[in-house]
Amino acid sequence: MARLLVYYAHPGHRKSPVNRPMAEAAQAVDGITFADLYRTYPRFEIDVAAEQERLLSSDVILFQCPLFWYSTPSLIKEWIDLVLEHGFAYGAGGDRLTGKTLMFALTAAGPEQAYTPEGYQHFPLRTFLSPLEQSARLCHMRFAPPYVLHSSLKAPDAGWVAPHVEGYRRLLIAIRDDSYDFDAAAAMPIVTYEALPITGER
Amino acid sequence: MGELLFLAFVFLCAGVVAVPIASRLGLGSVLGYLIAGIAISPLLALFEVDVVSIQHFAEFGVVMMLFLVGLELEPRLLWEMRARLLGLGGLQVGCTTLLVMAAAMALGQPWSVALAVGLVLALSSTAIVLQTLNEKGLMKSDGGQSSFSVLLFQDIAVIPMLALIPLLALPELADSLGSAGPAAEGHAADSHGANDLGVGDHGGDDNREDGHGGGHGEMSLVAGLPGWLQALVTLGAIAAVVVVGSVLTRPVFNFIAVARLREIFVAAALLWVIGIALLMTLVGLSPALGTFLAGVVLANSEYRHELESNIDPFKGLLLGLFFITVGAGIDFNLLGASWRETLLLTLGLIALKAAVLYVLAVIFKVDGADRWLFSLGLAQAGEFGFVLLSFTVANAVIPQALAGQLLLVVALSMLLTPALFILYDRVIAPQYTTGEAREADEDVPAGSIIIAGHGRFGGIVNRMLRGLGYEPVVVDYSSTQLELLRTFGFRAYFGDATRPDLLHAAGIEQTSILVIAIDDREQITGLARYMQQAHPHVHVVSRAVDRPHVYDLYAAGCRDIIRETFDSGVRAGRSALEALGVHPFEAERKARQFVNDDRRAIAALASLYDPEMPIQDNKAYVQKAKRTPGCERRPPARGGRRLRVARGSRLVTAHFRGCRGGNAGG
Repeated sequence: MARLLVYYAHPGHRKSPVNRPMAEAAQAVDGITFADLYRTYPRFEIDVAAEQERLLSSDVILFQCPLFWYSTPSLIKEWIDLVLEHGFAYGAGGDRLTGKTLMFALTAAGPEQAYTPEGYQHFPLRTFLSPLEQSARLCHMRFAPPYVLHSSLKAPDAGWVAPHVEGYRRLLIAIRDDSYDFDAAAAMPIVTYEALPITGER
Repeated sequence: MGELLFLAFVFLCAGVVAVPIASRLGLGSVLGYLIAGIAISPLLALFEVDVVSIQHFAEFGVVMMLFLVGLELEPRLLWEMRARLLGLGGLQVGCTTLLVMAAAMALGQPWSVALAVGLVLALSSTAIVLQTLNEKGLMKSDGGQSSFSVLLFQDIAVIPMLALIPLLALPELADSLGSAGPAAEGHAADSHGANDLGVGDHGGDDNREDGHGGGHGEMSLVAGLPGWLQALVTLGAIAAVVVVGSVLTRPVFNFIAVARLREIFVAAALLWVIGIALLMTLVGLSPALGTFLAGVVLANSEYRHELESNIDPFKGLLLGLFFITVGAGIDFNLLGASWRETLLLTLGLIALKAAVLYVLAVIFKVDGADRWLFSLGLAQAGEFGFVLLSFTVANAVIPQALAGQLLLVVALSMLLTPALFILYDRVIAPQYTTGEAREADEDVPAGSIIIAGHGRFGGIVNRMLRGLGYEPVVVDYSSTQLELLRTFGFRAYFGDATRPDLLHAAGIEQTSILVIAIDDREQITGLARYMQQAHPHVHVVSRAVDRPHVYDLYAAGCRDIIRETFDSGVRAGRSALEALGVHPFEAERKARQFVNDDRRAIAALASLYDPEMPIQDNKAYVQKAKRTPGCERRPPARGGRRLRVARGSRLVTAHFRGCRGGNAGG
């Protein structure tokens, strides 16, 4: 059993068609820790000690959020700025997160083909995530490929929300039960509900 | 005097014992009163108490109830109800009358008697139904609204009925009655004995009554006037109620409010209701309808809740008395002699009325559980029935013996009504709730909010919430303040928010949040404590005057406590820091840190605080308090003022860096 900590961050939670059902599905999964960052810190006053405590008692840290301007919502950045302290997460004596896994579950408004040199986003999605990936590396953590839903604004009409939410639920359970194949995942740039590397399934 | 005290004692005793028991058993207050009445009926018979005249006195409770119903109903809502009022109400009265008439004729009654019986039994009990619906909080439901429409129509329909019934007179009965004399009128004679204004002559004149304790006969403004003038006077009276109600009440109540004497306000409210009832009686209209209209006119007034809470106890007591007299008035000798027949007739009547209501509910698209509420709730005969029966006897329409039996049927059907409501509650409603539970739409502001006190504190809360589309109900004791609010279209009401009955009138049962924003610390604490005891489901946000007050409120069970000057003090401190040259964001962070430290400290101090002990004597508290932020003395800064600022500033910066930790970028 891996100790899974899910951080959910969405400033527009109430009107989110994809992230909200995802968050609700995550809350319904037993045996994991779910934290709604915008609900916990509505005034951006992060309790650093409590957050570090939470990190220490987890094996996998997963941030679920929408992609805002090729990055995370600002509260996650604030969280990173404050919680991943020098001497705790990195730098001299900063080895407390060693061996843990950092993962993101992202929704992107752009379609998959936009994140190509020919597409309007020009760069692959993973390129935009490189600051996060490097942050994990600096903190001696493994960075797992993100679980992504593209064209998220079209998803409700296209009928993608339900399978994406169900895939998210399966993903969280698999991580919890150690049946998520992080090694197989590492070979992929991103994972989607259509191809989740879960061992023992199918 | 002795007799009056004895009567009051017996009635109060019966109510006080029976009603709480009935409520606890889930039977509702109405059944409790009815049972109390049955229980004391031998006693009353022993002392030869005139139950019927007490009943007619108590019927004034119905007048008050309709006033209160009117207060709840804005004119716009009444106008929206018109289709249901006329359609549903008209069809109910019409169809039920015809079917009962057919049944009576089938049982061998002549058509005129059958028609009178139909009219009498078509009416339902406003008192029982509205009281029960209010008690169960079903008044606003579709079924409740439909029921109310029908009851209101019945109230109106009584007036033409009273005009029609004398035309149905049986010659042979009229002969036996001889000249109209009170002694020969049986039930009617009792009914108008004590408080009413005399029976008078029922022959073709236009005096009318609807029976809600209204007078009938001699005192009249319109008797003897030509028809057109009568109509004019009647319309004039209605216009007077509307005009006086909407124009004159506000300055009058403002004038009274300044005195701040509660009893004068109660007296004024009673005066208003009784005055209208009197006026309506004088012009031959139903006092219940008149006060209902007066209520509607005042529905938008800021004094609405104050009026409600003042009239409500009188209404409650009078209605209770009325229900007791219904129970006590059941003639058990007669019932014993023909119980099988009476019971069959009663059940038949209920079944027939319920069937008509059910069909109408289908036609008017009253769905689900509401359809059953509507059908079962109105299936009894009502207090109008008593009055109409005495009226029919007096007018030689129905023979005395038949009237006696019908009286039993009416009373028995009223007695069975609470049982039907219990059937609805326990059996029918649960079947509909499972499928209908829908997810609340979060886009609509959910739950209602009451703000107690609209001064410098509550006003801000109100403005903020209103800006977001919520509609808080504001209760305040300052009539000038309220007038100002009213001009801006706020929902504001006059009254003392610390009074439970006013809170009740403002809808505390349906409220999810109460913001206590009044000035007086003792009153704040008292209200918070009362809320914790009486309405623990309501989230209370309370204003605290100072730190000890926070502890008092905490001890009272309040968990959302806002110190009234704390946040502004912090903001002033932050401004001072900025003016001293501290970087604005550092000043912000320092302010936040101060707030957080202080909050933590106050939680710790709350456990040490002893309300019985002056703070300076509480050593443990003082010790701890000395270590809270700001109380802790730092060594005075060396050097001049400017230097101190510079130092502080650097310290802040250093601390800030440490706190932030820096990231990979450094």
